Amino acid sequence: MLAQQLVNGVLLGATYALFALGFTLMFGVLRVINLTYGFYFSAGALLALWMARQGASIWLALPLASLGAGCIAVVLDWMLLTRLRRVQAPELSSLMVTLGGVLALYSALTSWLGPDIRRLPPGIVSADAFLVGDVRVTAAQILILGATALLVGALLLLMRGTRLGLAIRAMAEKPDAAQLMGIDTGQAAALVSFISGCLAGAGGVLIGLNFNAIHPYMGEAMMLRGFVVIIVGGLGDIRGALLAGLALGVIEVMTAGYVSSGLKEAVAFLILVAVLWTRPSGLFGRAVLRRA
Amino acid sequence: MLRRSLLAAAAVALAMAPAAFAQGDAPIPVGAIEILSGPNAAYGTAIRAGLELALEEVNAQGVGGRKIALTVEDSAGNKDQAINAARKLIGRDKVVAVIGPTLSNEMFAVGPVVNERKIPIIGTSTTAVGITEIGPYVFRTSLPESDVIPVTLARAKARSVKTIALMYANDDAFSKSGFDTMKAAAEKAGLNILAIESFGSKDTDFSAQLTKIRALKPDAVGISALVEPVSGVLLQARQLGFGKDTLFVGGNGSNSPKLGEIAGSAADGLIVGSPWFVGKDDPANQAFVAKFRAKYGRDPDQFAAQAYDCMHILADAIGRAGTPEPAKIRDALLATKHGGVMGPFTFTPGRDPASTEGVVVLAMQGGKFGIASE
Repeated sequence: MLAQQLVNGVLLGATYALFALGFTLMFGVLRVINLTYGFYFSAGALLALWMARQGASIWLALPLASLGAGCIAVVLDWMLLTRLRRVQAPELSSLMVTLGGVLALYSALTSWLGPDIRRLPPGIVSADAFLVGDVRVTAAQILILGATALLVGALLLLMRGTRLGLAIRAMAEKPDAAQLMGIDTGQAAALVSFISGCLAGAGGVLIGLNFNAIHPYMGEAMMLRGFVVIIVGGLGDIRGALLAGLALGVIEVMTAGYVSSGLKEAVAFLILVAVLWTRPSGLFGRAVLRRA
Repeated sequence: MLRRSLLAAAAVALAMAPAAFAQGDAPIPVGAIEILSGPNAAYGTAIRAGLELALEEVNAQGVGGRKIALTVEDSAGNKDQAINAARKLIGRDKVVAVIGPTLSNEMFAVGPVVNERKIPIIGTSTTAVGITEIGPYVFRTSLPESDVIPVTLARAKARSVKTIALMYANDDAFSKSGFDTMKAAAEKAGLNILAIESFGSKDTDFSAQLTKIRALKPDAVGISALVEPVSGVLLQARQLGFGKDTLFVGGNGSNSPKLGEIAGSAADGLIVGSPWFVGKDDPANQAFVAKFRAKYGRDPDQFAAQAYDCMHILADAIGRAGTPEPAKIRDALLATKHGGVMGPFTFTPGRDPASTEGVVVLAMQGGKFGIASE
């Protein structure tokens, strides 16, 4: 049972990390608490659902839905935040604008599609479980683990190994200085929005696939966990988000499995409070940004 | 003196005659308060359809040579509007009995008003605890969940279930009260409760709880939650390797066609108790379903069936009371012995349904409910 619970924890943690990757990027580089992030997650899942119902395979629906969510992110970011960035409005304004925006978007989506829970067609990935000893893992879960690993690797490569990554990091460090160095910060911001939106969309499809629950508010449900992960991992810290996500998943599952399922929820937020008290810049202490 | 009193007597007799005559064949006024508009209108509309179908049959035969005139008022699911409807029915239409209202919380508002006027009021869809304790004129024909779950668990026991694990959503009053009922019923049935696990009704991951339960190898898993989380639990249970050897037992929340739509074949085998089922194979029910389809062009649901029986029960009581006086109708209701589409029906002295014989245990198969095998 311990082995299965560990696997359960790692898988749950991978979904948290997958959700948090784009969130931490958006948060860390663009320096806004962008609450519309959860909407891209829902939008990605719903787009994939629509495509799957038209007969698309998961290998087609996943990348297309992810790109679609990325485009939605660029448009929404431009509509909601460009003006605020230009006038260098305080952080609270962007928080409130995106909060209002995301609530309007969720309600619109719900009134259009209804609040019902939907699922991707059952046969879209094999439902067979792989047995390793007593431990069971399904294809959808392996897909999540693989995708999380792949995306973390690709993101690190992009940020550390390319000029574009350098530009993005420079912008995270000091936007004004970056602009003076000839970086088109508007374009870089759009690009970061696009990448974040794609990550959210891919996360929505994979998590919707694993938990069989796609509905307009699914992103909202993940947001609180997403906050815990990016704060514990350190804002803008990709490796931190991965490690914090995995740790949170394992701790939640162990609490439910060996202590009490009633405490599962509480644990996540106790960790958040404890981390903020002791290490305000994140457990892994490598917060790359903020006026250091 | 004598002449004067004779005259007076004649005048009284003259005055009385048309009244007595009118009472002889005027329709007997009966009222109903249901939700006919707003988000819960589906319930009230189904109930009205059931009542009107039964009314046609009643009036074709007549009740002591008279017909029943049914006035249905809309409460819109609003307590104040429901109370106004009751006052209107009693004051303007002089009804001798009231059917409804649709929701338990409406009944808690309307019941005391009607009870105070000493007019019988019968709920057809009110399942909360304490409805009939409102007063001696308040009845209900709907079975509370605490009567249905023991029947479901008895079926589980008949399938040689000895141990059970219970799961419930701990952030929703409906699920928690269903869980309390289920736990009490399991204890009473002598089942060994191996584990009690909770989750949030918006959760999507139940793997930790299910892995723990699977390690304990219970014969059955009872789930009290709304249909969405129940579907999630079942889908994940299948991923974690729960097979046909584990019997899943649902509470009232699982009794929804949405279970099959969301969970698909993962829900196969789950059993749930229901006061009524469209495919119940007895002649009275088959006849009802056929007539309902012919009149309305669709299948009846549980609410229509409950209302259909209630109208017949009330008409029967009015007939036996001999005269449409509310107090006599109340006494006649208490002596009800009715064989309806929900099964044999009598009232307890506390004015609740006495028999659970009509409860049908349903099982999921291929994403649809059917009658469960023994």
